[in-house]
Amino acid sequence: MGLLNNHGVFERHSLVLTIGILVVVSIGGIVQMAPLFYMENTIEKVTGMRPYTPLELAGRDIYIREGCYVCHSQMVRPLRDEVERYGHYSLAAESMYDHPFQWGSKRTGPDLARVGGKYSDAWQVEHLRDPRALVPESIMPPYAFLDDNLLRFHDIEDRLKAERAVGAPYTDDMIENAEAHLIAQADPDADYEDQDTLVAMYTEASGREGTVQFRDFDGDPSVITEMDAIVAYLQMTGSLVDFSTYEADDLSNRR
Amino acid sequence: MTQSAASLKRDDSTSFSVGGLLGLFALLALIIAGRTEDPLMEAHAWLFISLVAFGILALCFWAAGLADRNPFDPRQYEVTLVKWGVFTSMFWGVAGFLVGIIIALQLTWPTVFYFPELGWTNFGRLRPLHTSAVIFAFGGNVLLATSFYVVQRTCRTRLAGGMWPWFVFWGYNLFIVIAGTGYLMGITQSKEYAEPEWYADLWLTLVWVVYLLVFLGTLWKRKEPHIYVANWFYLSFIVTIAMLHIVNNLSIPVDWAGTKSVQLFAGVQDAMTQWWYAHNAVGFFLTTGFLAIMYYFIPKRVERPVYSYRLSIVHFWSLIFIYIWAGPHHLHYTALPQWAQTLGMTFSVMLWMPSWGGMINGLMTLSGAWDKLRTDPVVRMLVVSVAFYGMATFEGPMMSVRAVNALSHYTEWGIGHVHSGALGWVGFISFGALYCLAEWLWKRDGLYSKNLVEWHFWLATIGIVFYMVSMWFAGILEGLMWRAYNEYGFLEYAFVETVEAKHISYIIRAAGGGLYLIGALIMVYNLVMTALGRSPETTPRDAQEPASERPVLQAAE
Repeated sequence: MGLLNNHGVFERHSLVLTIGILVVVSIGGIVQMAPLFYMENTIEKVTGMRPYTPLELAGRDIYIREGCYVCHSQMVRPLRDEVERYGHYSLAAESMYDHPFQWGSKRTGPDLARVGGKYSDAWQVEHLRDPRALVPESIMPPYAFLDDNLLRFHDIEDRLKAERAVGAPYTDDMIENAEAHLIAQADPDADYEDQDTLVAMYTEASGREGTVQFRDFDGDPSVITEMDAIVAYLQMTGSLVDFSTYEADDLSNRR
Repeated sequence: MTQSAASLKRDDSTSFSVGGLLGLFALLALIIAGRTEDPLMEAHAWLFISLVAFGILALCFWAAGLADRNPFDPRQYEVTLVKWGVFTSMFWGVAGFLVGIIIALQLTWPTVFYFPELGWTNFGRLRPLHTSAVIFAFGGNVLLATSFYVVQRTCRTRLAGGMWPWFVFWGYNLFIVIAGTGYLMGITQSKEYAEPEWYADLWLTLVWVVYLLVFLGTLWKRKEPHIYVANWFYLSFIVTIAMLHIVNNLSIPVDWAGTKSVQLFAGVQDAMTQWWYAHNAVGFFLTTGFLAIMYYFIPKRVERPVYSYRLSIVHFWSLIFIYIWAGPHHLHYTALPQWAQTLGMTFSVMLWMPSWGGMINGLMTLSGAWDKLRTDPVVRMLVVSVAFYGMATFEGPMMSVRAVNALSHYTEWGIGHVHSGALGWVGFISFGALYCLAEWLWKRDGLYSKNLVEWHFWLATIGIVFYMVSMWFAGILEGLMWRAYNEYGFLEYAFVETVEAKHISYIIRAAGGGLYLIGALIMVYNLVMTALGRSPETTPRDAQEPASERPVLQAAE
């Protein structure tokens, strides 16, 4: 074969070989990744998606820190048993503000894409503290220390700014009020004005009533702990999109 | 040639530039340590400063002891660095296997192996420690050591760059320490096999670019007209990993003096980028890198040429072209558009062919030397690794078919699959290469003990079988239980029942991992004794019947 006889060019010139390799390994990635950024039907048009509130974002950071994603997926597949077990299959739109995504790759524990609202706050707190107290067969690690750790949120403004820099639609007002909003969401006795602006701003971003939940999540109103944050995050997962107006069969929503 | 004259002169320029660069980074770390409000960043900055200071100190003492001797004598190969690589490989291997067993035990007996007060010992933090320790620490050090060895021998020249290869080697290991301690402290960007945060990523990028330059520099001054096939594979590994690493880690730090960063991409695009990265970390770190080992160490050990030159060419280009497309098979039935999933599946199935082309090329290299499978356990280890490669690269395309993936995804089957590749292919070819290197680097007639290699081989093989079979069983079991319906049309099992059902499999898996670790410890003992020069024990058969005098079988025709 003539082609193979000319292979000597690559074998005698290391730069030609290097460039050849680079070209050959670039093609697949470009074809698969680039269109996802400009094809409009990659992400469905939905009602309800909004960026995370400061407390939810802090909770999500704890979820990431503790490596929850190594055992819990957040991606319900459109298979009969999964839709029945976990709820509506996950949409691309639902993770459009997730930097990074948390789809996971392994279900050592159940999927968490729609765990929000499935259990009470008290159940979540008790289960995180000692999983086997509620589910004797569970093999999940205990996270009682989240109760003892005060939530560090002095940099929450910068945290939101970084999210905005990569595309999450936080407004200047949201960023300015980030710290007040965080406190207001976890503390039932907080400044009512902060609670009002929290709900108003994030409801406006969502375009849908009732997506912002504020209460004392961990059962201890005196302090804001990491437990508050992670429960706030867990309780909102998968609850933003309004599925009553989502038309799965619409041509633009077909995958 | 003025080479002999040059070799007599001591050249400190690369040592000074490496030292200067380290000093610069230590200063940068000092500034960060001074102005950070993030206690985790402070810990990492001081860890970095102390390790770099130790490095600079070691460099000074070493340079002071040189007198007039040129440490980078171009007439000699760089051997000491590769010897270090053998030791770090052993160390990280044992460490990584040990963490693997710990997390296997955690899943088996959660009440015994979790400590409520010690959050950093939880599965979520140790699992990335395990994967990074075995892939990047163990595998990475094996690749650094073997690539430095192979590129020198096949180019018949000393490593380029004087002190720079040392920078690559220790800089890479410094990255490992930063990454590993970070996981324990909870520093992670949660992208599998790319968990280290932005500053560790930047450091690795620097180290990797220098690695590429050292490798290319050595190729440029080669004394052979042609670049040997193993070096094509090493080069594709280095170049592609650089590309994958940079693109998948594009992120913006929240604060330049803090650990946390946010990924540039979100959701579906981030998922596609991540699995393009992660699948090709398998493809180019754990496959082409170790295929390079296959293409050098098997022919060398059995003293036969590579089976087919043309097959090498076809195998090489088709493998690297097709591999890069296979990522989306990790995202079947997810919110990734179906056209991308289908492309991923199609190329994954196609990938079976170049994979087996490589396997055939490796196995058939034994033509005429099949008897060595019986007489040399190191050859057996190398060959069985290629067999495991063949098995895993059949299983992979099968699992990438959407219908199969619907069952296998998210289950232990995936864990079983990666471990048949990791323990069988990557582990065994690495062990084989380390055994070879110990003999060759320390110039021994043979290993300290051939019998111990036999023990290692059989313990590890049985361990892998335990691991694979138990995980196949657990994976298919839970996959079927998740989708089982009872006679009334309701889901038959609660999730936790599927967890309970895997308990026995978990015990067998942990036992398999234990056998594998014992095998590795035996190897460490054997390699250390070989390096120390303890006399090789000769078995009677060797004494009576040296391999070279045995009637050589005809090539398998």
